[in-house]
Amino acid sequence: MHKKPYLSAAVAALCICPLAADAATDADLLAIRLQIQQLKQNYEERIALLEQRLQAAEARQTQATQTPQASVAPAQPASGEGAFNPAISLILGGTYGALQRDPAVAATGFAMNPNPGHQQGFNLGESELGISANIDPDYRGVATLALAPAGGITVENAYVQTSAAGNGLNLKFGRYFSALGYLNEQHAHAWDFVDQPLVYASFWNNQLGEDGVQLKWLAPTDTFIELGGELGRGRGHPGSDRAKNGAGSGVLFVHAGDDIGVEHSWRIGASLHKTRATNRISNAVPDLPGTPGGVSNSFSGDSQTAGVDFVWKYAPDGNTADRYLKVQGEYFRRRESGLLTYNLLTTDTYTNTQSGWYLQSVYQFMPHWRTGLRYDQLDPGTAGVGALNAGNIISDYGFQPSRATLMLDYSPSEFSRFRLQLARDHSRQGLPDNQLFVQYIMSLGAHGAHQY
Amino acid sequence: MSAPKNSGDTSPHSTQGIVMKKIIFAALLLISSTAHAALNVFACEPEWAALTLLLAGDKVSLYTATGALQDPHRVEARPSLISKARRANLLVCSGAELETGWLPVILRESTNGAILPGALGNFEAAKYVHMLEVPTHLDRGDGDVHAAGNPHIQTDPRNFLPIADALSKRLIQLDPANTAHYQLQLSNFNGQWRAAIARWEKQAAPLKGVAIIAQHRGFPYLNNWLGMKQVAELEPRPGMEPSATYLSQVLGELQQHPAKMVLRAAYQDERSSLWIAERAHIRAVALPYTVGGTAQAIDLYALFDDTIQRLLAGLK
Repeated sequence: MHKKPYLSAAVAALCICPLAADAATDADLLAIRLQIQQLKQNYEERIALLEQRLQAAEARQTQATQTPQASVAPAQPASGEGAFNPAISLILGGTYGALQRDPAVAATGFAMNPNPGHQQGFNLGESELGISANIDPDYRGVATLALAPAGGITVENAYVQTSAAGNGLNLKFGRYFSALGYLNEQHAHAWDFVDQPLVYASFWNNQLGEDGVQLKWLAPTDTFIELGGELGRGRGHPGSDRAKNGAGSGVLFVHAGDDIGVEHSWRIGASLHKTRATNRISNAVPDLPGTPGGVSNSFSGDSQTAGVDFVWKYAPDGNTADRYLKVQGEYFRRRESGLLTYNLLTTDTYTNTQSGWYLQSVYQFMPHWRTGLRYDQLDPGTAGVGALNAGNIISDYGFQPSRATLMLDYSPSEFSRFRLQLARDHSRQGLPDNQLFVQYIMSLGAHGAHQY
Repeated sequence: MSAPKNSGDTSPHSTQGIVMKKIIFAALLLISSTAHAALNVFACEPEWAALTLLLAGDKVSLYTATGALQDPHRVEARPSLISKARRANLLVCSGAELETGWLPVILRESTNGAILPGALGNFEAAKYVHMLEVPTHLDRGDGDVHAAGNPHIQTDPRNFLPIADALSKRLIQLDPANTAHYQLQLSNFNGQWRAAIARWEKQAAPLKGVAIIAQHRGFPYLNNWLGMKQVAELEPRPGMEPSATYLSQVLGELQQHPAKMVLRAAYQDERSSLWIAERAHIRAVALPYTVGGTAQAIDLYALFDDTIQRLLAGLK
């Protein structure tokens, strides 16, 4: 009876002893373990080989009664974009807009720039019909037609792109959105706000589309580095459509990007755009004499725009389906110099440097729900005006247009989105505006992958 | 002093030329050395990276495009993916439209013909297994359905056998110099994997016939393998977030068809699972779903070890 404690003590001692010895001969043990592991691995390999032979023999015998699991799978239909050949997509969109001011009034100091403006009340947005397919193994074709609510079709994109030219080269020709900046290539249905930033609206009439040729080169590096150039007709602002040989505009751009861990990714870019405007007419431009309704001016000269852009995205665990944060910003600076004809009568020299930027952030705070904040600012610059027009043209407006925008959107699925947007618009001096928009964007049919 | 530039001493010019040549040579060396280091493999999901590693070992340089905690349907076409794809010799993906939201952009921008669909360097795992839930008609009204069938094929370990076989053949076609190595690796894998399947099936015997709820329609292959019965889904349609009303409805149905547990993949938001688990007094089980989905699932073997363990724990 009393022996039991001693017995357990002895057992305990036996257990402890090897433990103590363990520390002394750690290296030996490690060597032995490695040897055993190697032996084990050797045997496993041999056994695996034997099993393999056995299975092969068995397979030969039971080929007739194989399960579908082991049999060669039937041919699958081609997946991806080619499954719908050609891929056809239709974007349906519409907005309701409530504005306190007339949207036809341009931002102060930007009356000689485009003013895409906004629509009031209920209105059907542009429906966008997209068709794309591989033409042959070497080329892919894309056409995007915008169906205007009042009727009529405009060709937004119609280009051909090389599928795999190799060596990082990518050639595109036809009508395309220029690759300058970050937002310029994105289609309206992919915008994070109802409208484009002020700088895009007044510098590029929302988006610069070109008829021309684009060549990009992707460097064979771990970090994404892309260089590209475009030669185009220069049909959109700041150019003016022309009927002559040669290229009317040129663009150079460079992009770089990478990941930081699995949660962060970024892209930065710089671009340069050059064109020449010929008799670019602007209406309702305010002047020094204060002509009611403004005057019409015509500009001919060189236009050069430089821009920088960045985007940074963050998602916890890299899972963008759940939550993510996106911050982006762009800055453009444009210098124009040439001849300005005031009121289509008096011509003299004119030079001006305008600039603008925006900074925005979009936060998906829970699946399907996002909110966004954007701040815009423009600088109309101080124009250098020739003596003949010194008493006519306003050279310094002394006002910087700005706007703050708040957005909330809900996407029930990947193919549908509803958006509410509020903006406090200070883009027109003395005409502050509170703007409210409600928008829907729906996509039908093949929906291609989105760009970064 | 003012000698004409184009005549006489040309040494500054030629020194410059040599320096330039050196730089170009160094750049070429850098490019070629990285290109020849190994077969560059671009794996779309972690499970295919893990399988490629088992089949190829150090003969490949691996890049995994998505993490285990990312929803594989919703990956962005990030710049880094484009530059990795440009240099890839082989793309290993699930296929069956799982990557349709991002891979087409990557392929287009990378300009790499070697990995385009139909090329030797484009490997879609779903082509080698028997697909489940192939829809009889396609309508987005049914939610995010895939025309080729449910693409979440990696939850049944038996699927890895034909895939490994095909992938190994592909590696040999792309890198014939290492044929013997790939063959040995494949036979090792086949032997060990079959043994592991037998072990898992034995361990998972108690799961046969167990009723489960799935948060997303992501487990048909797992259910098919282990004989579990899916009685409900927490998404009203695949890819759609459930409303409170819908969840209450599921809860009501559970009265008639009780389930043992509610399953979700590690990358999925836990809220709807926990909501139903709490009210139905059942267990919410998060499965690793792919390699790296849990701390335990460090490789393909551990993925299924951990999956079975978590399912068994859900029974208790």
